[in-house]
Amino acid sequence: MTAAVFFGCAFIAFGPALALYVFTIATDPLRVIFLIAGAFFWLVSLLLSSVFWYLVRVITDNKDGPIQKYLLIFGVLLSVCIQELFRLAYYRLLNFSSSLVSGLGFGIMSGVFSFVNTLSNSLGPGTVGIHGDSPQFFLNSAFMTLVIILLHVFWGIVFFDGCEKKKWYILLTVLLTHLLVSTQTFLSPHYGVNLVSAYIIMVLMGIWAFFVAGGSCRSLKLCLLCQDKDFLLYNQRSR
Amino acid sequence: MLTFMASDSEEEVCDERTSLRSAESPTSRSCQEGRPGPEDGENTAQWRSQDSEEDCEEDPDRYACSGVPGRPSGLEEELTLKYGAKHVIMLFVPVTLCMIVVVATIKSVRFYTEKNGQLIYTPFTEDTPSVGQRLLNSVLNTLIMISVIVVMTIFLVVLYKYRCYKFIHGWLIMSSLMLLFLFTYIYLGEVLKTYNVAMDYPTLFLAVWNFGAVGMVCIHWKGPLVLQQAYLIVISALMALVFIKYLPEWSAWVILGAISVYDLVAVLCPKGPLRMLVETAQERNEPIFPALIYSSAMVWTVGMAKPDPSSQGALQLPYDPEMEEDSYDSFGEPSYPEAFEAPLPGYPGEELEEEEERGVKLGLGDFIFYSVLVGKAAATGNGDWNTTLACFIAILIGLCLTLLLLAVFKKALPALPISITFGLIFYFSTDNLVRPFMDTLASHQLYI
Repeated sequence: MTAAVFFGCAFIAFGPALALYVFTIATDPLRVIFLIAGAFFWLVSLLLSSVFWYLVRVITDNKDGPIQKYLLIFGVLLSVCIQELFRLAYYRLLNFSSSLVSGLGFGIMSGVFSFVNTLSNSLGPGTVGIHGDSPQFFLNSAFMTLVIILLHVFWGIVFFDGCEKKKWYILLTVLLTHLLVSTQTFLSPHYGVNLVSAYIIMVLMGIWAFFVAGGSCRSLKLCLLCQDKDFLLYNQRSR
Repeated sequence: MLTFMASDSEEEVCDERTSLRSAESPTSRSCQEGRPGPEDGENTAQWRSQDSEEDCEEDPDRYACSGVPGRPSGLEEELTLKYGAKHVIMLFVPVTLCMIVVVATIKSVRFYTEKNGQLIYTPFTEDTPSVGQRLLNSVLNTLIMISVIVVMTIFLVVLYKYRCYKFIHGWLIMSSLMLLFLFTYIYLGEVLKTYNVAMDYPTLFLAVWNFGAVGMVCIHWKGPLVLQQAYLIVISALMALVFIKYLPEWSAWVILGAISVYDLVAVLCPKGPLRMLVETAQERNEPIFPALIYSSAMVWTVGMAKPDPSSQGALQLPYDPEMEEDSYDSFGEPSYPEAFEAPLPGYPGEELEEEEERGVKLGLGDFIFYSVLVGKAAATGNGDWNTTLACFIAILIGLCLTLLLLAVFKKALPALPISITFGLIFYFSTDNLVRPFMDTLASHQLYI
C-alpha cells in the first residue's frame, strides 16, 4: 500500500483530534496535563478489561470455536462498562478539569490504540482484500476511528454535565450509546450500516453536547456569520 | 573495538544518579554574585535565577505586594497551579523529543536492534538453555552494573569533596568528546546505510566536525539555551541507543528496576552519595558541579519601574550561557528543579512587576533511562506500537507525579522511581495482556 493511503487515513482518523488539540489545548499547559491524564485513565481501563478477558479465557482453557467469539463479545461489553466507570472516576478525581479535555484524552488514546498498528501496516507491502475482504478496509477503519474519537469528546462533555447536575439518566444514556456503537461493530464486514449509524449517533451526541456546553442557535449563527463579539474579543486578547 | 569504546563511555556513564531538586536548597548560597553582566564563570549563570529571586525577596515592595490582603487565595492557588503546569510541560517536551528520536531510530535503523556483543559490564550471556539460568545471569549482570555505578558515584563524590575539580572537568570533557564525535559518526553511518545514501568523507568530516565542535562549545561554554537543550537531548538519545543495543534483554529490564531503587536510595537516604554531593555543594555555596543537567530555565529579569538607580529597565537577555561544563554524565546529576513560585501579577500601585521564570532541571540520566525503557518497548514489541505508546504515557504521568511531589516537598527528588515503575508495569501488562486482546479485536474489526 502507498504513502498516500497512509497519510490519507492518518489524517482522516486523527485530523479533527489534532485540530482540537492545537486550537484548544496546546496553548494551556494545564490542559495538556489533563489530556495526558485522560489518556492514562483510558489506558488503565483497557488494562483492567484485558485482565478480566484474559482470566476468563484462561478459565475456559483457551478452547477454540464459538466460545471464543462469545468471550470476545463479553470482553467488549465489559470494556465499555469499565471505560465509562473510569470516566466517572476521572470526574471524581479531577473535578475541576474540562470535560472537553478529558473526552479528547479518552478519544485520542482509544483511536490510537485501535488504529496505529493498522496504519503502520499500511506502509508496508501488500494488497488489501485479496482474500475477498473489502478493499476499503483502511478507509473504513479510518472513518470508524474518527467517529469514535469524536464520540468520546461528546460523551465526555455530556457525561460531566450529567455528573454535575446529578442526572443519572444522562450517564446511562452515554453508556447505552457507547454499547450500541461498539456492538454495531460486530457487523463488521457490512460497513455501510455500521458506519452510517455511528455517524448519526455522533451527530446527535454532538448537538446534545453543544447545547449542554452552553451553545444556542443564536450563538451558532453569530459564530458562522463572524459577528460573535465575544469570540472576536477573546481572540484579540489572547494574541 | 566498539565494546572497548563503549565501555570507556560507560565509565562516564556511571557517574551520577539522577534526581530532581528544588531551588530551595541553593537559596542559602550567596547572592553576592552580581546581576548578570559578566558571563564569567560557571558559577553565576546557573543560579542566576535564584539571585534575582534573592534580590526580589529583599525588595520591600515585593513583600508588600505579596502581603496584600484581599488578594483572593483562589487566584494565587490557580496561578501556582498554572506555573506548575508550565514547568511540567517544560520537561514533557524534551523528554518526549528524546523518546521520539530514540523510537524513530529503533524502528528504522536495524543496527540498533541487532545483537553484536555485550558490554564488559554485563559479562554473563543470556543465551542459556534454561530460564532459571538466564534469570540468574541477568541478575548477576545487574549486580555488576549497579556496583560499577555505585563505585563511580562514590569516586565522584570523593573527588568533589577533595576539590579535584580539574580532574572532573577533564573527565567530563573527554566523555562528551567521545559522545559528540564518535557516537555521532557511528549513528550517521548507520542512518546513511539504512537509507542507502552515499556520502563522501570530506562532507562527512565537515558535518561531524561542525556538529561536534558547536556541541562542545554550547555545552561546556556558552551558547543559546535552545541549542544547548537540543544538544543535551541528542546526547541522551545517543547514549540510550547504545544501551538499547548492548544490554541483553532481561538484563536491561532488571537493570532498569535496580537503577530506580538505587536512585531512590542515593537521593533520599542521609548517607546516600547523591545527597552528600548536594549537601556539600550547598555548604560550599557552589553550583553542584559540572554535570549533565538539562535545564529548562528561562532566566528573565524584567526591571522594576521604580526609582532605583541600579535597576535596569530593559529586558535582560534570556541567555543562560551556562549549562556549562559538563556535557555528559549520563546518570546525571542531581537535577535541580527549582521550585516554582507564583509570580505576582501587577499590583495596582506598581508599574512593572518583576517576573522570573525559574526553570526545572532534570538530570540527563533520567532522559537516558526513560528513553531506554521506551526504546526497548519499541524494539521488542513485535512491531507493535501499543506497547510503546503505553510506556510513553506511563512515563509522562510518572514525571508529572514526581514534579507534583517536588512542589510539595521542595527538595531534591529522584526522578526515576515513579516513572520507571509505571513504565515497567505498563510494559509487561500491555505486552502480555492488552496486546492479545487488542489483536483479537483488530482481527475481528471490533471497536471498543
